[in-house]
Amino acid sequence: MDLGYFFDNLDEILALSLEHLRISLTALMIALPVALVISVIGVWFRPARQPLLWTVGALYTIPSLAMLAFLIPSQGLGLRPTLILLVTYAQVFLVRNIVTGLTGVDPAVLEAARGVGMTPLQVLSRVWLPIALPVILAGVRIALVTIIGLAILGGWVTAGGLGELLFSGINTNHPAKVLAGLIAIVSLALLTDLAIRLLESFTSVARARRAGNRG
Amino acid sequence: MAINQRSGTSGSSISIHALTKRYPGSSAAAVNAVDLDIAPGELIVLLGPSGCGKTTLLKMINRIYEPTSGSIVIDGVEVQSLKASELRRHIGYVIQQTGLFPHMRVAENVAVVPKLLKWDRDRTRERVSQLLELTGLPPEIYANRYPSQLSGGEQQRVGLARALAAEPPTMLMDEPFGALDAITRTRLQDELKRIHKQFSQTILFVTHDIEEAVRLADRIVVMREGRIVQVGSPLEIVREPADQFVSDLVGSQDVLRRLSLMPARTAMEPLNGTPPDLAQSISGEVFLREALSMLMESGDPFIAVTGSDGTAIGTLSMTSIQRAAAPPDAPNR
Repeated sequence: MDLGYFFDNLDEILALSLEHLRISLTALMIALPVALVISVIGVWFRPARQPLLWTVGALYTIPSLAMLAFLIPSQGLGLRPTLILLVTYAQVFLVRNIVTGLTGVDPAVLEAARGVGMTPLQVLSRVWLPIALPVILAGVRIALVTIIGLAILGGWVTAGGLGELLFSGINTNHPAKVLAGLIAIVSLALLTDLAIRLLESFTSVARARRAGNRG
Repeated sequence: MAINQRSGTSGSSISIHALTKRYPGSSAAAVNAVDLDIAPGELIVLLGPSGCGKTTLLKMINRIYEPTSGSIVIDGVEVQSLKASELRRHIGYVIQQTGLFPHMRVAENVAVVPKLLKWDRDRTRERVSQLLELTGLPPEIYANRYPSQLSGGEQQRVGLARALAAEPPTMLMDEPFGALDAITRTRLQDELKRIHKQFSQTILFVTHDIEEAVRLADRIVVMREGRIVQVGSPLEIVREPADQFVSDLVGSQDVLRRLSLMPARTAMEPLNGTPPDLAQSISGEVFLREALSMLMESGDPFIAVTGSDGTAIGTLSMTSIQRAAAPPDAPNR
């Protein structure tokens, strides 16, 4: 395996990785509020829950290249179609986990939260979300890792990121370049996964669970 | 704040008028035109089979459920005129499933209401230790534990401490001890009585357990199909059930059962002059069934009945127990 290209072009690869991460995080930042709105509708309005879950699930089954090709005529090239693609695919993981997390909280705990005199917003911010947080974060983790993988397609429509490296390696028949891109993308995904797992372990629920296991 | 925040020395008066609750899609009212006046410091037990409306009635007081019609007035203030969250901060609330916040330590759970009321940190901390002591949970052992590290009885103690935190003049308790084993339940009932004696909150307590009702209640409210069937002291309910339904509920046809529901003080001959010198004595709060076995075991004709301070307040004989245990319609009553 030829790692020469990887080590000779570390600066460029690092720059592309950061760009890739920036695109991915931008997509996540857009995807999260969208997913939160869809999920809250699903949680509050019971009859809408299953249809919403089916819909985000169905969107995920569309082949990614086909969707990008479909978006180009109306959205052009660059960041816009890439972000639309990423935000769409992230929904299934985010919505599924936010809904599962929120509906998984013991109704008695929520009733007690109301009963002690919390306002609806306080119930959400002090009890409901904190208890659901580990499940939601797990969804964020899977969504972000998926986004990082899919964002390679951004290289195909000149959105930048590590996809540019990979596609140019393929187009110029330069296996060492492809390998370098591959190493970068896998590292990025693994580090992101690790970072969010770390975040999950800092939640109050994880702390309580550790205490419970001890004694 | 519209509801008086007294220093835990007395309870609220509660006046319920023509209170009705209909759930959507159900033809019968869950609570049907109920009237009930509760004096400050009373411990009222709402008793009845499941589905009789007792829990619905309870949960309309702190507006977990909203009434279809009728009114609830606490200390002269209509509860519907208050913001629900404000109202609830001054009403202690204990439920059977405890509803402890699993991601918070015991101390944080108990501090929830003081925090909502924006007490300063020192006052809150002091109050939390005080409450943990009061509910039999030494703070140095329990303050930093999580609910999942506690037994069922300990969890419900935390639930009780959380409800008592801001010294609410009213407490609502929905079958709080229903999921506990018999020994733990009795112990917690005793502690609730002690706390009630000390602070005289007004307490509404829901149960379907007649023995629990008799142990705790100043007055028992028997409910059936959304209506109040009978209101009376435990003794009145056990001795003179208003109808067949109440009679079946309290099992008043069964003599032994009646004896196990009536405290000794209700059957004794009050003391006349100097206390007699009797070998055996029994607390006035102990049920007649136990007094009977003591009489039979000792073979003495009389045993002394003592008050809460330990001094004799009356005597009990076979005859007095027989008289007390006679069924409601017996001629010698």
